Amino acid sequence: MINHQELANIPTDKLIESYPFLETFLDGIPIPISSQTIHQWFDSKSPNYLEEHTLNEKNTIDNLAVYITNMLSFLGENKNQVDSITILPGTDKNGNKENFDKLCFKRGDIISIVGPTGSGKSRLLADIEWIAQGDTPTGRQILINNEIPDMKKRFSPSDKLVAQLSQNMNFVMDLSVQDFLELHAESRLINNAQTKIAKIINSANQLAGESFNPQTAITSLSGGQSRALMIADTAYLSRSPIVLIDEIENAGIDRQKALDLLLSEEKIVLIATHDPVLALSAQKRLIIAKGAIIEVIESSPEEREILSEIQAMDDKVQNLRNKLRNGKKLN
Amino acid sequence: MRLVIVSGPPSSGKTAVILKTISALQSSNLKIGAVKFDCLKTDDDKLYKEAGIPVKKGISGGLCPDHYFVSNIEEVLQWGKKENFDILISESAGLCNRCSPYIKDIIAICVIDNLSGISTPAKIGPMLRSADIVAITKGDIVSQAEREVFASRVQSVNPMAAILNINGLTGQGAYELSTLIKADKTELDTLLGKELRFAMPSALCSYCLGETRIGEEYQMGNVRKINLEKQND
Repeated sequence: MINHQELANIPTDKLIESYPFLETFLDGIPIPISSQTIHQWFDSKSPNYLEEHTLNEKNTIDNLAVYITNMLSFLGENKNQVDSITILPGTDKNGNKENFDKLCFKRGDIISIVGPTGSGKSRLLADIEWIAQGDTPTGRQILINNEIPDMKKRFSPSDKLVAQLSQNMNFVMDLSVQDFLELHAESRLINNAQTKIAKIINSANQLAGESFNPQTAITSLSGGQSRALMIADTAYLSRSPIVLIDEIENAGIDRQKALDLLLSEEKIVLIATHDPVLALSAQKRLIIAKGAIIEVIESSPEEREILSEIQAMDDKVQNLRNKLRNGKKLN
Repeated sequence: MRLVIVSGPPSSGKTAVILKTISALQSSNLKIGAVKFDCLKTDDDKLYKEAGIPVKKGISGGLCPDHYFVSNIEEVLQWGKKENFDILISESAGLCNRCSPYIKDIIAICVIDNLSGISTPAKIGPMLRSADIVAITKGDIVSQAEREVFASRVQSVNPMAAILNINGLTGQGAYELSTLIKADKTELDTLLGKELRFAMPSALCSYCLGETRIGEEYQMGNVRKINLEKQND
């Protein structure tokens, strides 16, 4: 445990040396980074100033200690990395038990989820995200690495299990691609940010038909470019081990490459889709109805054959689209 | 009866989050009532009524909504007790970033949305900093990266809070919030003797008393001036 008294009496420039991630925290108060300690800074301020800024030394130090503990555990997280997610069965909306013993997903797995709207797809994902322990309407239990994890993970944004990508999502910040990625990298405490950023932009440009550069404003990207950037960004910068792709059918991006990219970063990929290329790309298909997983289908050799056929069609369409984009005539 | 205090900037999705959470709470047969505090006008009470939830509304008018809240919350609590609610949920709009409606030992929830901008968490005072639970809304329309950046900013401002993403339209996350509310078993008879977590924004000057004229000769009481000289440009 971190000694609170000690924290208050370390000069802030020394604090930053030990904990570089404190910059956002101190800046938010704002306490300047100098040879002054936090205690000295509070002492130098009038009660009026502190009241006006709604500050109080004890609270600040308590928060600081918690923040440091959280961030250190976040940085040292490799030792409790998520390798697998296990779902133990719950019940459907009528209370009947789900028809499987357990489902285990490992890094690099692709699982598709099919079922009509309202069938319980969102609840399944919410159960995973909440690390349900029989305490949700389905009664399912989720294990991580075959164990019940520390439940504090539920509330910590840095331990989020599921990253989501969907058709409705947009960039809303008024920033260039480069600045935006830097901001994201900073919040993830990434060391080699510039290398990662270059990788992300490069990969995104391979996914989308039209390329953009680092100075492009994220709000002016086309739909396809935005989604390409979101996928590449999620692959390289998000720490969530599971990526959920929700209905991303006519997204204007190379879907196969997008999947390959996520898998190369060892994500567990869940796809809620009825698009045949995506649904069949998965080794396993979960069929959802009445709030339950009613069947788990492993893709058959026949289905894989169908997949290569439709992939060939897909490539053809993609090819035609690129020709049109480049002003060529089709023949 | 238990009390839950929900606050957050205008249009952040408080009512939607509360309604979805109430419907999750009702499935465990809890009787829920609500009170909505607002400044000039609210139709949110209708939304509660449509959902079949007993509701009262309080309009602060020309007063600081925070002061109005704290001057009335005990009466509202007594109403809730008379109605035999298991849980009373108080909703108040944080109309200025300095709002501070939370009471010690009473569960406090701040609702804030992803669209409000990443510098917003640092700008909001006690309403966000001293909340027990922060519910972040509108995550379904922004990118994963923006959600992550926003949540990490919230965490840097309030490291102790449980941070939840809630979709006010579909209710995703509301069930989870309801379990946190249920876990709090603090039964209340009265708020008498309780204290606010943080002092409310204050002023006692001629303008508080209805002065409308501009000029130093009309300014009396607790008046503070901008320091234009000492600011570094």
